[in-house]
Amino acid sequence: MAATPKEPVNFTGAGPLNAPISGVLTWVDQRFPLMSLWRDHLSQYYAPKNFNFWYFFGGLAMLVLVIQIVTGIFLVMHYKPSAAEAFASVEYIMRDVPMGWFIRYMHSTGASAFFIVIYLHMFRGLMYGSYRQPRELIWIFGMLIYLCLMAEAFFGYLLPWGQMSFWGAQVIINLFDALPLIGPDLSTWIRGDFVISDATLNRFFAFHVIALPLVLLGLVAAHIMALHEVGSNNPDGVEIKKHKDSQGRPLDGIPFHPYYTVKDMVGVVVFLFLFFMVVFFAPEMGGYFLEYNNFIPADPLKTPAHIAPVWYFTPYYSILRAITEDFMLVLAIGVAAYVVLIWLTTRDQRVKFAASVIGLVVIVLMIGGPLAIEAKVWGVAMMGAATLIFFLLPWLDRSPVRSIRYKGPLSKAALSIFVIVFLVLGYYGTQTVTPAGTIISQIGTLIYFAFFLLMPWYSVMDKTKPEPDRVTM
Amino acid sequence: MIMNMNKFKGLIAALLMLPTLALAAGAEVKLDRAPINEDDHASLQRGARHFVNYCLNCHSAGYMRYNRLQDIGLTEAQIRDNLVFTGAKIGELMQIAMDPKDAKNWFGAAPPDLSVVARSRASADGSGADWLYTYLRGFYRDAERPTGWNNTVYANVGMPHVLWELQGEQVLAERKVQGAGHVKTEMALKLDKPGLLTPVQYDEMVADLVNYMVFMAEPVRSDRKTIGLFVLMALGLLFILVYALKKDYWKDVH
Repeated sequence: MAATPKEPVNFTGAGPLNAPISGVLTWVDQRFPLMSLWRDHLSQYYAPKNFNFWYFFGGLAMLVLVIQIVTGIFLVMHYKPSAAEAFASVEYIMRDVPMGWFIRYMHSTGASAFFIVIYLHMFRGLMYGSYRQPRELIWIFGMLIYLCLMAEAFFGYLLPWGQMSFWGAQVIINLFDALPLIGPDLSTWIRGDFVISDATLNRFFAFHVIALPLVLLGLVAAHIMALHEVGSNNPDGVEIKKHKDSQGRPLDGIPFHPYYTVKDMVGVVVFLFLFFMVVFFAPEMGGYFLEYNNFIPADPLKTPAHIAPVWYFTPYYSILRAITEDFMLVLAIGVAAYVVLIWLTTRDQRVKFAASVIGLVVIVLMIGGPLAIEAKVWGVAMMGAATLIFFLLPWLDRSPVRSIRYKGPLSKAALSIFVIVFLVLGYYGTQTVTPAGTIISQIGTLIYFAFFLLMPWYSVMDKTKPEPDRVTM
Repeated sequence: MIMNMNKFKGLIAALLMLPTLALAAGAEVKLDRAPINEDDHASLQRGARHFVNYCLNCHSAGYMRYNRLQDIGLTEAQIRDNLVFTGAKIGELMQIAMDPKDAKNWFGAAPPDLSVVARSRASADGSGADWLYTYLRGFYRDAERPTGWNNTVYANVGMPHVLWELQGEQVLAERKVQGAGHVKTEMALKLDKPGLLTPVQYDEMVADLVNYMVFMAEPVRSDRKTIGLFVLMALGLLFILVYALKKDYWKDVH
């Protein structure tokens, strides 16, 4: 017993039970960092007092994660991960398991709700520059959570074993088929068979219920630990730690508990109201949350006329479809223009040299005749790049200010256009291919990447306003 | 689907050709709105009777239990005496005896299970009920089909017109309609030989059947809305409480 015993915990607020509760807490606290965790992460964790509407979605994402895990546990009790029984077991849950329909609809609505809150949470980060130094790692953990969530949703979508489950998985796994050299073997390895089958369903089930939830929980812990290390950003994008009182507490900070716990409760109730409106009154959400075709059991011999991924993947699906053979020239010109831009604006010879070499290689691989890689491979690459490019944001944004409130018209226009393009790409991803839709998706793809790749220039050129010294309410 | 460029080009070519094909086949079918009411138990019960009489011989409803019909106001005895023809027990699923392999030989495709067909047939064009309602009224004589029947909603359908005795025989005939300033010709259904029911009676019968199929696709449908109302009211009350709590805690934050 080398350590000095800690102060006893003095619990108040439970009347005659104060003494026994204090006793138990003291006993625990002397064996586990109970009170220090409570203080460091809640009662004495100072958050900026000017959080607005956009700051509800991180907490809501955690709520949805809990909903998914709890409803998922109950679904697994009745679901049968076998090609012969999966579809029937879902209908069994919907009809014969008491309140099974409720659990299932919460889980299916929860999947879409997860992406809604995550997209809004990411948009908040984009608006207020929450990814800027020193919060780069929070952003990276967050993006890893997002990728993990996409994988989780993809694996989960196969499990009901409906037509869209089967053919959606078929499309995505066939993307790996497009990769040079290793493609066909890789996709066979992923499926565990030459076609999507019982083996595929079983391994997707394992990933969906064990592997990815574990990774997801670990990443969420890392995301929050990194956040609590540096503290939250806020809508003004100024550091609250610059101004502290005599006891070292930020002047513009308030303890997370009770202020934000009670505030988040309001957000939770409003969210649940909307969530249960969908669960009870529109669980299919017009075919967007539960696709109509997925009420037909998977049939490997019958390809549906129109295979659309679920809505949260459709912006990327549009980008994938936009990359056609005749679009490669446009892409190559775009790459060349980008190299010229780097040449004109940088003095560093090594950067110029590197940009030229990389640019030339990419252009050759795009349109270099016999050396060129197929357009569909580029489609897969661009789709991947569209999700991964978010990781670079902390280094692409060179603006002297963090928040959109003090950025100039260029940044404001860029972000607005980006959001519109993201939605337009999402819309066209749900539609069948039309010539007009393809051209719009191609323009959208160019703008999507321009938002990120031109940021080092427009974020510097922009006329910013001076940041305030303290936060504004 | 972007499997390869050739398929992609083929798809675009096919899409470009669509307008011509549509012209050749006559105007695209607009789905009629199914006049159904999911709270009308009498209609649901009539629909259940039609379903077991006319559908549940070739089609199964393999996720639906007979005793679930209690949800539309029938007693176990009524279900057993009037609706179970197969010797199944009341708690059993609506299965059929036909071998899918035979069915495939006879019809070209095994008749699909109908448990959730009212959900799977929904699309941007209309609800699954609208599709079924239009489909079951869209059969017409076509000597070129092996069954002698074709359908306006489901071209070259494998299913014969099971309800033909009731509806009578329709044909697809040219019809002149007054367009904007000119007379157009379009293909439309015409009752050639009347059936046992009048067209109005037949439509009502199909509406009952479709109403039942919507119920069968999601038996909990009306319950969930009732429960949902209570859940939303409870959350509304909770909102008042948490909002007051937040106001009180935050009154000293400026």
